[in-house]
Amino acid sequence: MNVETYKFRSRMRAWTDGTVTALSILATVLVVAPLIAIFAYLVYKGASSLNLAFFIETPKPVGEAGGGMANAIVGSAVLLGLASLIGVPIGIGGGIFLAEFGRGTKFANAIRFTGDVLNGVPSIVMGMAVYVLIVRENIPFIPFSGHFSAFSGGVALGIMMIPTVCRTTEEMLLMVPHAVREAALGLGVPNWRSVLSITVKTASPGIITGCMLAFARVAGETAPLIFTALGNQFWSSNLNQPIAALPLQIYVYALSPYDDWHRLAWAGSLVLIILIVLAVSLVRFVTSRGVLKGNS
Amino acid sequence: MTAQVPEIRISQPQFQPDAPAVQGQNRASQAPAEVSAIRKFLLSRSDSALADRCFHWLMVLCALSIFAIVVLIVYALVEGSQLSWHKFGFNFFFQAFTDPYTQLKTYWDPVNAQFSALPFIYGTLVSSFLALFMAIPLAIGLAIFLTEMCPGFLRSPLAFLTELLAAIPSVIYGFWAVTVLVPLLREHVNPLLIKTLGWTTLFTDENPTGLGFLAGGVILAIMILPIISSLTREVMSAVPHSQREAVLALGATRWEMIRMAVLRNARIGIVGAIILGLGRALGETMAVAMVIGNTPEIHRSLLSNGSSMAAVIANEYAEAVTDMHYSALTEIGLALFLVTIVVNGLAQILVWMVTRGAPAQQR
Repeated sequence: MNVETYKFRSRMRAWTDGTVTALSILATVLVVAPLIAIFAYLVYKGASSLNLAFFIETPKPVGEAGGGMANAIVGSAVLLGLASLIGVPIGIGGGIFLAEFGRGTKFANAIRFTGDVLNGVPSIVMGMAVYVLIVRENIPFIPFSGHFSAFSGGVALGIMMIPTVCRTTEEMLLMVPHAVREAALGLGVPNWRSVLSITVKTASPGIITGCMLAFARVAGETAPLIFTALGNQFWSSNLNQPIAALPLQIYVYALSPYDDWHRLAWAGSLVLIILIVLAVSLVRFVTSRGVLKGNS
Repeated sequence: MTAQVPEIRISQPQFQPDAPAVQGQNRASQAPAEVSAIRKFLLSRSDSALADRCFHWLMVLCALSIFAIVVLIVYALVEGSQLSWHKFGFNFFFQAFTDPYTQLKTYWDPVNAQFSALPFIYGTLVSSFLALFMAIPLAIGLAIFLTEMCPGFLRSPLAFLTELLAAIPSVIYGFWAVTVLVPLLREHVNPLLIKTLGWTTLFTDENPTGLGFLAGGVILAIMILPIISSLTREVMSAVPHSQREAVLALGATRWEMIRMAVLRNARIGIVGAIILGLGRALGETMAVAMVIGNTPEIHRSLLSNGSSMAAVIANEYAEAVTDMHYSALTEIGLALFLVTIVVNGLAQILVWMVTRGAPAQQR
């Protein structure tokens, strides 16, 4: 290889390197740009339409200005409360099993895999299953079945929380050092007590943030609520009745032709986003603080 | 007994590749499979065998609930789709009908009890692959930038921003798409595409609304980007530093190092990440339902209206008129469920294959 070819080749290599660097910077800009566009637009539109009435009034009839989404906020709170009641204990229980009892067994691996796959199942399918199981048929022994109800919406959201809570709980428990468990057992503490009061307690910041993450994820879910909670224009906190929810209300208002409703939808989106960003930042803060780093 | 446990900090002198945000699928498999001998001994000496056993089984019950959920979903969907399955069989996914009055080809006509999933499958596939086509290069570029090139002070905010992108509810994406993206496509992008690429017949101007497959694809691409890029980042940072250093020591440029050491080692994981993104795109409902146009038709043009499997369920399920209509929608849901299960399972296995042997990483 003569000198000229060598020089040409090394120049080509440097050029390719530079091109790839430029392309990946371009890709980063292209990814960040829509995000900033979405956020800026959301804050701009939402902040200009947020007011006190949004939080304390129910929707006005079409054509009347004003009104708010108080009923949707309360409805979302009811639905999410119910979902957490179902999803958090079962999810944490499953996580404890995976980390404390089933570690390394085939059964635990199967559950872990199923949980991960369940995490990817579209939320609308969850809603359909709940619709078929409790909304459509009037089943004896299952309360509130046979019609659209807040209860069925809460169940749909709760089921969606289980895999996320379960997997994060497991992750967090695995970070608790063995020595802590052995110390507790060595003092004569029964195993169940050691798990609950020592292991889970040590990992509790992580577990709580995992629950918040799951909470934030289902807080914005619309699809499963369309045919379970259905939505409601009026005040309701009755588990037996259709109930309003923030994302559902945003969906309905976003597709309406009225400017006033669009305004409300933007305000609702901003409230929802603030809630979710808070939860996600908290998760990041706690997990990056590294309280729990240690041998598993 | 409930004494406060102090913060536990055990310093680890082990090698840690610059603290990537590990999603965590790998840690479980690194944990020691056996409990230590001390612990076994202590457990065998425990006095409260009954309480312990009860607690153990309670936790097993909680874990089993995950299986129960899957079984219940399958049962509900199979049960709900019986009617349509018995009437149409496998033809449900391929057939087309003729409208009795207009003699035109139709696929989905609840009034005349004619149901075919074909246009929805077509819409789902077109919008998802369009999204992948746009998202893959961007996601991999972003991942390369974040793992290999990014100055330290930018890395964490950028990673946080993309995480945030994943946390925005899909209904808000949809709302943004309806108010900002669709007008943008209608006024500027679509005319340009028709003018320059009209000869491919993929872009025709019969639909002036701006809604359609392309709008659905773009919003899906924005939504699956963070998933693909964060997983790609994870598998890339699982590549040992010694590999990178070895290639650099041979005189490679940075791109050659990325190509030879990083991308080649991480390729299975990247494919897994892409498939996971595909799984998400297939099942995405609200944003797509808001911009795809919701007409059960099949068009060659990417700018024309269509519908997707999830979108038709979201639009019609709560108001299904007849049992047959309801059953046909449930069957679409069942197909969607099975497809996403297979796609996600495949992706999980691929990602596991790569991250399992990775060096210990902390979040």
